[in-house]
Amino acid sequence: MMAEATTTTAKGTPKRKGPGYRFNWVGRIGLAIILFWAIVAVVGPWLAPHPPGEIVDWDYFGPVTKDFWMGTDYLGRDIFSRILMGARYTVGIALAAVTLACTLGVILGMVAAVAGGWFDMILSRLLDAFNGIPSLLFGLVVVAAVGSSIPVLILTLTAIYMPGSYRFARALAVNVNTMDFVTVARARGESTPYLILREIFPNILGPVLADLGLRFVFIVLVLSGLSFLGLGVQPPNADWGALVRENIEGLSIGAPAVIFPSIAIASLTISVNMFIDNLPTKIRDRSE
Amino acid sequence: MPQSLTPWFLVIQRLGIALLTLVIVSFAVFFATELLPGDVAEILLGQAATPEAVAGLREAMGLNEPALSRFVGWLFGLAGGDLGTSYVNKMEVVELISGRLGNSLKLAGVTTLVSVPVALALGIGAAMWRGSLFDRIVSVLTISVISVPEFMVATLAVLIFAVWLGWLPALSYGADVSSLSAMLKAYAMPVITLAFVVSAQMIRMTRAAVIETINTPYVEMALLKGASRKRMVLGHALPNALGPIANAVALSLSYLVGGVIIVETIFNYPGVAKLMVDAVSTRDLPLIQSCAMIFCVSYLSLITLADMIAILSNPRLRR
Repeated sequence: MMAEATTTTAKGTPKRKGPGYRFNWVGRIGLAIILFWAIVAVVGPWLAPHPPGEIVDWDYFGPVTKDFWMGTDYLGRDIFSRILMGARYTVGIALAAVTLACTLGVILGMVAAVAGGWFDMILSRLLDAFNGIPSLLFGLVVVAAVGSSIPVLILTLTAIYMPGSYRFARALAVNVNTMDFVTVARARGESTPYLILREIFPNILGPVLADLGLRFVFIVLVLSGLSFLGLGVQPPNADWGALVRENIEGLSIGAPAVIFPSIAIASLTISVNMFIDNLPTKIRDRSE
Repeated sequence: MPQSLTPWFLVIQRLGIALLTLVIVSFAVFFATELLPGDVAEILLGQAATPEAVAGLREAMGLNEPALSRFVGWLFGLAGGDLGTSYVNKMEVVELISGRLGNSLKLAGVTTLVSVPVALALGIGAAMWRGSLFDRIVSVLTISVISVPEFMVATLAVLIFAVWLGWLPALSYGADVSSLSAMLKAYAMPVITLAFVVSAQMIRMTRAAVIETINTPYVEMALLKGASRKRMVLGHALPNALGPIANAVALSLSYLVGGVIIVETIFNYPGVAKLMVDAVSTRDLPLIQSCAMIFCVSYLSLITLADMIAILSNPRLRR
C-alpha cells in the first residue's frame, strides 16, 4: 500500500488520476464556490457595477433594488460592489497568511522530525507555548502594539497558525520517518535534504493540504473577527469583516448591508469545510 | 515509583508545563507590547515630546533599565497583584479590572450552565441515533456554527430574536437589573450567542467520544446480548466515555475566551474583553497587558484542566 502510494505521487499531480481521486458532488459544490470567490478576488473591481468607494444612493441602509443588488450601506455605497472588492482583502490576506504559515510549519516540522534531538525538543516546546495564547487575543495584542496594516495582519495570522501547522506536519513526518523506505534511503547514504524532500514530503502532502484548507478557514475567521473589532483592514478599504462592522448599526432594522457580507464570509468558510470533508480519501488519508 | 502514582506524576508534569508556558506567554505579551511600539514616553507625551521631557519621563518610568529586568519586575508585580497604572486615565489597573472581571465571569458562568447540559444531551443523543435524521441535522448545524465567525452568530441571534420576533432588545446592554425580567433580557442575547458558539464544539466532541466507546468490542458484545440501544449507550458506553467528555467540555469552554471578546463588543457588555478592546484603541499598554494575561491564564487553565482530566480518567494509567 505504502509503496503504491509513493509511486503515484512520484509520478506527478495526484488530483486527476484514477477512480480513487474523484470528488463527490458536495465536494464539487464546495470547490465551485471557492473558485468563484478566488476569481472574484482577482477580477472583482472590474465586475463591480458601481465604484466601491463612492456614495451612489442618497438613502442609507437602502433595500435590495434593481440598481443595488444587495442594498446600500450606512453612507449609501453599493454593498454588492463593496463585497466584490472586499473579496480581494479577505481571500488575499487569508491566502497569503495560510501559505506562509503552512510552508514554514511544514518545513520546520519535517526538519524537526528528521533531525530529532534537542532541536526538535526545544522547537516543539516553544511552539506549543504559542498554542497557549488564544488566537484572537494574539491578534489584539500585536495590533495594539504595532498598529494595523496589511503586512502586519498577514504576519500576525502567520504567527498564530504556524505552530499548529508545525505540530501537524511533525506528527505525520515522525510516522513516515520510521518507515522502511526512509530507512533504506538513509542506509543508501542520501542526504537529509533529499530525505525530507523526496521521501517524506510526498508522503505527507495529502493530509498537509487538507490541513491547509482547515487553517485557511480559521484564518478567515480570525481576520474577520479582527476587522469586526475595527483592528483589521482599515478604512477606506474594507474586507468582509469590516463591512459587517461598518454597517452593524443597521442590524436593528435588518438592513441587507449587514446580512450580505456575513453571508459572503459564511459561504467561503462553509464551502472550504465542505470541500475538505469530501476530499477523496486517497488524498486525505495518505498517512494511514 | 509505584504504578498507582503514575497518573499523579503526569498531572504534576502537566502543571509544570503549564507554568512554563505561562512564563513564555507572559514574555511574549510583555515584549510584543513593550518593545515593539517604539518609545512609550514619546507616545505618551505626544505633541509635547521635547527631547528633555522624553528623557525625564523615561527616567521616571524606569524605561532606561534593561528590558529583561523590567520584564522580571513586571512579572513579579503581576504575581503580587500590582498590575500597574493606566496610561490614559492614571487609574490603578486593578481597580479598572476588578469590577469588569466579575461581569465577564458572570457571563461565562451563565453560558456554561446553559450550554453544558444542552450540549451533552444533544451530543449523546446524536451518538445514540447515529446516522439518523436527528444526527444529521445536529451535524450540519454544529458544523455551520463552527465555520462562521462569532459575530455572525450574534448577528443572526439579533435578527431572529430582536428584529423578526421582537422578543428582546437589539444591541443595547441594559444596565437596568432591577427586576428579574429586565435582567434576563439583558443577559439573554450575549448568553444565547456564546452558548451557540461553545456548545457547537462541545456537541461534536461529545458525539465523537461516545461513538468511539460504542465502537469497542465490549459495547458490541452488549448489543449482541440483546441490550437495547438506549441501554447499550447509557449503561455500557457512557461510563467509559465520561473522561473524554469531561475533557471535551473543558476544551470547548476555552472557546469562551475568544467568543467573549466578540460578544462583549457587539452587545456593549461591560466586561474585561470590552475593556481590552477599548484599551487597544487608546493604546493603553498596561491595561492591555493585564487583560491579555487574564485571558491567557483562563485559557491555559482550561486546556490544562482538560489534559489533567484526560490523564486522570484514563484507567490504563492507573493499573
